[in-house]
Amino acid sequence: MLGFGPMVRRALGAALLLATTALPAAAQQAPVDTLAAIRARGTLVCGVNTGLAGFAQPDSQGVWRGFDIDYCRSVAAAIFGDASKVRYVPTTAQSRFTALQSGEVDVLFRNTTWTLSRDTSLGLDFPAVNFYDGQGFMVKKSLGVTSATQLNGATICVQPGTTTEQNLTDWARASNIRFTPVVIERLEEVVAAYVAGRCDAYTTDASGLAATRSAQPTPADHVILPEVISKEPLGPAVRQGDARFADIVRWSHFALLVAEEMGITAANADAALASDARPEAQRLLGKSGDLGKMLGLDNAFALHIIKAVGNYGEVFARHLAPIGLQRARSPNALYLHGGLQYAPPFR
Amino acid sequence: MSQTTIDPRSLRPPPKRPIRLSWSDERVRGIFWQVVVVGIVGSIIWWLYSNTVHNLEVRRIATGFGFLNREAGLPIAESLIEYSPTNSYLRALLVGLLNTLKVAVVGIILATILGTIIGVARLSRNWVIAKLSAVYVEVIRDLPLLLQLLFWYALLQGLPGPRQALHPAEGVFLSNRGLKLPWIEWQGAHSLALLLFVAGLVATWLYRRQALAKQIADGNPRPVWHVALLTLVALPLAGWYALGAPFTPDIPALRGFNFQGGLTLSPEYFALLAGLVLYTAGFIAEIVRAGIQAVPKGQWEAAQALGLRPGTVLKQIVLPQALRVIVPPMTSQYLNITKNSSLAVAIGYQDIVSIANTTLNQTGQAIEGIAIIMLVYLSISLSISFFMNWYNARIALVER
Amino acid sequence: MSDAATHTPTPARTPPITLVGPIGWVRTNLFSGWVSSLVSLLLLFLVVKWVLGFLDWGVFNAIWSVPNDAAGRPDTSSCRALAGTGACWAVIGEKHRFILFGTYPYEEQWRALLAILVFIALFIVSAMRRFWRKELALIWIGALTLIGVLMWGGLLGLAYVPQERWGGLVITLILATFGLAFAFPLSILVALGRRSKLPAIKALCVLYVELVRGVPLISVLFMASVMFPLFLPEGMNIDKLLRAQIAIILFAGAYLAEVVRGGLQTLPRGQYEAADALGLSYWKKTGFIILPQALRLVIPPLVNTFIGFFKDTSLVLIIGIFDLLTAGKTAIIEPAWQGFGIEVYLTVGFIYFCFCFAMSSYSQRLEAELNQSRGR
Repeated sequence: MLGFGPMVRRALGAALLLATTALPAAAQQAPVDTLAAIRARGTLVCGVNTGLAGFAQPDSQGVWRGFDIDYCRSVAAAIFGDASKVRYVPTTAQSRFTALQSGEVDVLFRNTTWTLSRDTSLGLDFPAVNFYDGQGFMVKKSLGVTSATQLNGATICVQPGTTTEQNLTDWARASNIRFTPVVIERLEEVVAAYVAGRCDAYTTDASGLAATRSAQPTPADHVILPEVISKEPLGPAVRQGDARFADIVRWSHFALLVAEEMGITAANADAALASDARPEAQRLLGKSGDLGKMLGLDNAFALHIIKAVGNYGEVFARHLAPIGLQRARSPNALYLHGGLQYAPPFR
Repeated sequence: MSQTTIDPRSLRPPPKRPIRLSWSDERVRGIFWQVVVVGIVGSIIWWLYSNTVHNLEVRRIATGFGFLNREAGLPIAESLIEYSPTNSYLRALLVGLLNTLKVAVVGIILATILGTIIGVARLSRNWVIAKLSAVYVEVIRDLPLLLQLLFWYALLQGLPGPRQALHPAEGVFLSNRGLKLPWIEWQGAHSLALLLFVAGLVATWLYRRQALAKQIADGNPRPVWHVALLTLVALPLAGWYALGAPFTPDIPALRGFNFQGGLTLSPEYFALLAGLVLYTAGFIAEIVRAGIQAVPKGQWEAAQALGLRPGTVLKQIVLPQALRVIVPPMTSQYLNITKNSSLAVAIGYQDIVSIANTTLNQTGQAIEGIAIIMLVYLSISLSISFFMNWYNARIALVER
Repeated sequence: MSDAATHTPTPARTPPITLVGPIGWVRTNLFSGWVSSLVSLLLLFLVVKWVLGFLDWGVFNAIWSVPNDAAGRPDTSSCRALAGTGACWAVIGEKHRFILFGTYPYEEQWRALLAILVFIALFIVSAMRRFWRKELALIWIGALTLIGVLMWGGLLGLAYVPQERWGGLVITLILATFGLAFAFPLSILVALGRRSKLPAIKALCVLYVELVRGVPLISVLFMASVMFPLFLPEGMNIDKLLRAQIAIILFAGAYLAEVVRGGLQTLPRGQYEAADALGLSYWKKTGFIILPQALRLVIPPLVNTFIGFFKDTSLVLIIGIFDLLTAGKTAIIEPAWQGFGIEVYLTVGFIYFCFCFAMSSYSQRLEAELNQSRGR
């Protein structure tokens, strides 16, 4: 007797029906050629933070905004000429690399520090550095602390699971400082703990400190200590082994830098295309040469990027200046102004 | 296969029937279905396994537990054993395991006490008490535990800072750094005394068991208190005295940023414990109430008619009967406390999940990290199940 | 001799005013002894004080909306000036759509709202005993398909919305409801398997149930988040939400299997023996005799398990999925609104409470009714 009862049969049928409706939208073939896969899909899938003021955060209408988001948009503009063809996948500190490795996302714009072990042992490539950061400390002014060396015996709030807590222990050992950690995973929680006075100091990347400080009712009550205890070059990450797509991400970033060097903005890009006689500007905007085609993109890819998000300075001013990050005299200034942001020539 | 006449073969004991290789033989069908199901499940597992091995190779992700001996470099705020960031991952995980046990064991004890009180209060004749405990049970059970934990943690952070700490008694400070209590400097003599005390507990229990057995045999009650006094008080004191009777009070004092010395209960531990206890107590209260209500009213009345005192009625008549209803669901609540303690990761108490999570993040070895978490919880859960099953069998109704 | 015939009974005296009516009630229920009186007064005092304090904070001192500053951004300085003495409900006014719908496209959020309403209607229909027939399965399939169409779109002129944009309350409902809908058939099979006479099948089912019940949901969600992608062949990947959903289904399946097994066990032996005596096959016996009775018995514990999973879906916070709680927490990341967590938590808690309270009072009532009809 192989007969199933009608109830069992119906239940099985229902399960199968629902499974077939749910699966096709979900299972998708991961790309070997990332660019071809993105084109075939019609959207870029971008891994972002689950919520970090200034970098990636949904607004009241549920629209993602931030520095990293504009970078996602710039890559989409480069590929499609349309910056809106992006899907954002929020990733946690644990799941970000798995998401990239498994092809769930095409590129990761998620405040990821470029380190040797990540570059080699995780199967990732870091095409560029779009933000130079470093780990620092913030304390309440009322504490009267002016240097990190005075933090002996303090309670320090730190987020685990990144390079941050390892930098902290390295630094404490090197400078012979004893501290009590308060280790909290979620950003909002760790900030709330610091603000409530659960810790004497809060340590994270300087950009995060500035963002937290500027969000306080009276930012002047908090001091960011002068010591920077680590190098944190933040940038996009792509899967290893697809050099062409890595090139596209890299040169999208450089296009933003070169546009700023040459004073081309979202507002004057069309005018510059028509009238700018500088040869590099013409090559950048795709009027002459075929640089875009060499990347496998539209020749005017940089023009699309600039019209969609502006140049590097505009992106920075739009998202990072409001959270209190200084650009002048920081490593993120253009090399012309003494910073580290330096793009190879568009030639 | 249905038969209208009685098959004389069915009168014989079934095992003697030889297996016929026919679809109408129940055992053949049984074996067939088992082979099919095991085959399907086995091939799915094999498929997942081979995918995983392939992926690990392609993505060049390290495997194995070699990382356990590497230096962890992760700071841990509270630890029952000596720990510094230069220790290995193995030791860090051990610290996490002890932290999990610390919150689970204390949580189980407190939730049982509070839950019993609220469960009894729901049956109180006082309207205010009964209604308030009913509201408490309803509200607490209808809110996600995670939300409650976040709420308690936010509340504890609202306490004043260390310099304005509440100071209700000498050496006791309550601030947003936690509760500070005076303690003594722990030395070998104290460990010996503690050891003797535990040994005394076992000895007293054994003696009491024997005394009861004898009382049942000849009806003469035998006092236990002198043995208890000897093994629980005198021997530990003697051990402590033999090693020089060290006693150095360790009173917390504000030095620099924080209180130094003394015993600390951190806000993270406190919030997690409070959340777990208050949440689970709501469920335990319902179990206790149902258990007490399951004891027939006649049992109360009969006991009162015999002239027993109310305390004795509860202890000797009602509770033993209620326990039979209470213990099985209580076991799953104890398991829930243990498993729910893993939510510590959200409020910064460094339990096994939090530390294994950081470990897998630093090493990139997700499979090993999650395997450790699961193994730890499985062993704890199985231990609790075994203990409670044993206890349940002990108190079960002996049918004669 | 007897004057019984002339006896006129004295009319019963009315009980003292202190024993009946409101005063009597108060005496027996509030002040039956001095300890009781003291406790009553103390508790009443605390409750009144707390309620007044809450009203002060939440109503009288509260700010309900804030003006926009020159840049068109909300200016929350008036809220900050309260310094905790009053609630800033303006945060809910500003963020309620984000809390409810997450990153779902703003113009399309009516679809998510409609999906929530379909969910609620589905719950109400399932709660009515009139609909407890096999056709209920069809209603569920229809409703869940409708929700899928509403949320994904892509047909009937609705724009396609990928899953990673879904968020808020609807995610909580999807994870819990789809979890139950798929876990239920699975759990029936597992429960039957656990009571099967075939040793290999029984062992597999016991292993699955005990393994899953022995570990916390968080570890299963972590597994879904970082380990699932390693399990699949190279080049195939499953969306994050679906991975979490699969984890919840597998987790719920084990718990529901135990609930169903409880129902199978309470069924009198005679039912099994009678079915055997009729010569019914295993599947006919199970499908026509056993399950219809057993499933009826397990409905109250089933609702309780569902409440548990409804609350537990909040754990997806830890793997970064925008459910109700995550959306609430994300809403207060924006600098202008940082620090108004209590208001958001209270709102989110209230939403959870409404759903859970409705379901738990329903299950209690149902349990009482079922017990009654069984003549106990």
